[in-house]
Amino acid sequence: MRKEIVLSGYGGQGLVLAGIILAEAAVIYEGKNATHNQSYGPEARGGASRSEIIISDEEINYPEIERPDILLAMTQDALDKYGESVKEGGLIIIDTLYIKEVKPRSDVEIYELPITEISIRETGKPLSANIVALGVLVSLTGIVKRESLEAAMLNRVPPATRDLNLKALRAAFDIFKKG
Amino acid sequence: MSLKEDVRFMQGNEAIAEAAILAGVRFFAGYPITPATEIAEMMALRMPQVGGVFIQMEDEIASIAAVIGASMAGFKAMTATSGPGFTLMQENLGYATIVDIPCVIVDVQRGGPSTGLPTLPAQGDVMQARWGTHGDHPIVVLCPATVQEAFELTIEAFNISELIRNPVILLSDAVVGHVREKVTLPDPSRIRIVNRRVTNLPPEQYKPFAAGPDGVPDFAYRGKGYRYHVTSNVHDEEGFPATYNHKVANELIRRLHKKIEFYRKEITYYKTYRVEDSDVLIVAYGCTARSAKDAVNMLREGGIRAGLLQLQTLWPFPGEVVEGYAKRAKVVVVPEMNMGQLVGEVERCICRKAVRINRVDGKMISPWEIVDAIKEVFSHA
Repeated sequence: MRKEIVLSGYGGQGLVLAGIILAEAAVIYEGKNATHNQSYGPEARGGASRSEIIISDEEINYPEIERPDILLAMTQDALDKYGESVKEGGLIIIDTLYIKEVKPRSDVEIYELPITEISIRETGKPLSANIVALGVLVSLTGIVKRESLEAAMLNRVPPATRDLNLKALRAAFDIFKKG
Repeated sequence: MSLKEDVRFMQGNEAIAEAAILAGVRFFAGYPITPATEIAEMMALRMPQVGGVFIQMEDEIASIAAVIGASMAGFKAMTATSGPGFTLMQENLGYATIVDIPCVIVDVQRGGPSTGLPTLPAQGDVMQARWGTHGDHPIVVLCPATVQEAFELTIEAFNISELIRNPVILLSDAVVGHVREKVTLPDPSRIRIVNRRVTNLPPEQYKPFAAGPDGVPDFAYRGKGYRYHVTSNVHDEEGFPATYNHKVANELIRRLHKKIEFYRKEITYYKTYRVEDSDVLIVAYGCTARSAKDAVNMLREGGIRAGLLQLQTLWPFPGEVVEGYAKRAKVVVVPEMNMGQLVGEVERCICRKAVRINRVDGKMISPWEIVDAIKEVFSHA
C-alpha cells in the first residue's frame, strides 16, 4: 500500500526534519520503503517549506506526489495552496494557531489541533511543533508504529533536545489515548 | 566473521560521497552548485576524517585541474558539479583523456542551457558528457536512477576510471541527487575495488605512455625515480610532443580509443525489467527510468506487453544491447528529459524510428505520460 504525505508550512518549523524522521521510522525500524523530497524558498527561515514522504511495502519508483493521502498544514498559505489536492478519503491535519479559515471538504477528514500550542505548553517553546505534528499524524493513521517514530526521532534530533522532544511526542500520543 | 550490511536512508548525493570514500577517494576539489552541493558538503566533512584532502577551489576550471593533479600524484580524486560547472570543466577533461589520467566527475544535471532552471531536474547533458570537450576522445558515462545505484555506480566509476586510466563521468540528475531513500550499504569486504596498474619495470626501462594489448599504460608514482613527462600535445611513448609525427599521432589517438573497446563488455551496465515477451520496449536512463518502470506495470495491467531496458552505461553507447532487446519489440520508446539526445543513438542502432517522449520544463516525465504516449501509438495501429 503506497501512502503519500505532504508536510507544509514555513521554513523554521522543522518540517524537512520531520519528514526525514517519519520516513526513517518506516525504513530503518520497519523495513519498509520510503522516499523523502523537500522544497523550500531561498530564505533560511520564513519562506514556504514543503516536505514530501512516500511510504510503501512495494518498491517506490516515481517519487513525486501529485495528490497526497495526508496533508499537514502549518500555515494558512499551505492549506490554501495544497488543501484541494488531497485525495478523496484522505486526511488533513491543521495547526489552529496559524490557520483560521478552513474551506470545508466533505470527502476528506479534517483534524484541527493546537499543534504549536501543545509544543509551547509541554516544552515552553514552539520548536517541538514538528514532533507534536508527527505524533498526531501517526496516532491518526498508524502509518508507522509509535515506537518506531519515537526511536527515529531520538536518533535524529540534537541530543540536547531529546527529552523535550520526547515529552512533546508523548503529549501528542496522549491526545488520542483518551479517545 | 560476520558480514555487516548497513541499511541507511540517504540522498543520492550523500550516497555518492560515501561510495567515493569506500572506493578509495582521498582528494576532492570542487565549487558548490545546486543540485550537487551536498556532495562537496559531505566531502568537506568526511575527507579530514579519513585522512584525505578537501579543497574548495575558486571555480570549476581550477577544481578539475586540482583533481587531475592529485590523480597524477597517485590519489583517487573526484569533483562534483552541475551543468554550468561541467561546461567550465570541458577543456581540462580533454587534458585528462590525452594524458591517461583517471578521475571521476559527477554532473548532477539541472535544466539548461546556461543558468537555465536552477535548480530543477533535467537530462540535457547527455551529449555534453560525450562530446563536451573537443577532439576525438574516449569517455565513459554512467547514469544512476536510484540512490542505491548512485552508490554502486560511483564505485564502478572509480573502478573503470582506474582500469582504463581515463576520466569517467557519473551523470546523475537533480531527482536522484536530492531524493532520500533506502540504501543497503554492503559490507566493505564485499566491495570490489580496482586500482590502477603500476609498473614493475626499473626506471631506466619505463616509458610512461607505452601500453600492452589493452591500450592502458602502467602508472609510476612520482618521487620513485621514474621519468614521467606529461604534455597535452600529442606525444610519444616517452611523453614528449610529437606534433609532426603523423604515425605517433595516429597510434596515440587509436590507443586511447582502444582502451574503451578492449574493456567494452566490462564497462557496459544495464538492467532489464519484464522484457522477456515485450512488444513495447522502453529504453530509459536516470530518473526517467523510474517512471518507465511504473509505466511497464501499468501497461501490462492494461494488456500491453511492455518492458524496460534501463541503460546505466550511456557512453560508450551500448548499441548491441539495445539492438538485441529491441529485436522482438514492435515499438521502441525513448522518454528523456531533454529534446531527444539519446534517442538518436537508439534509432541508429535499431535502424528504425523510436517513439519520443520529451520534457524540458523541469518536471519529471510521469508514468502516466509514458502510458498515454504508448496507448496513443496502439490506437493508430
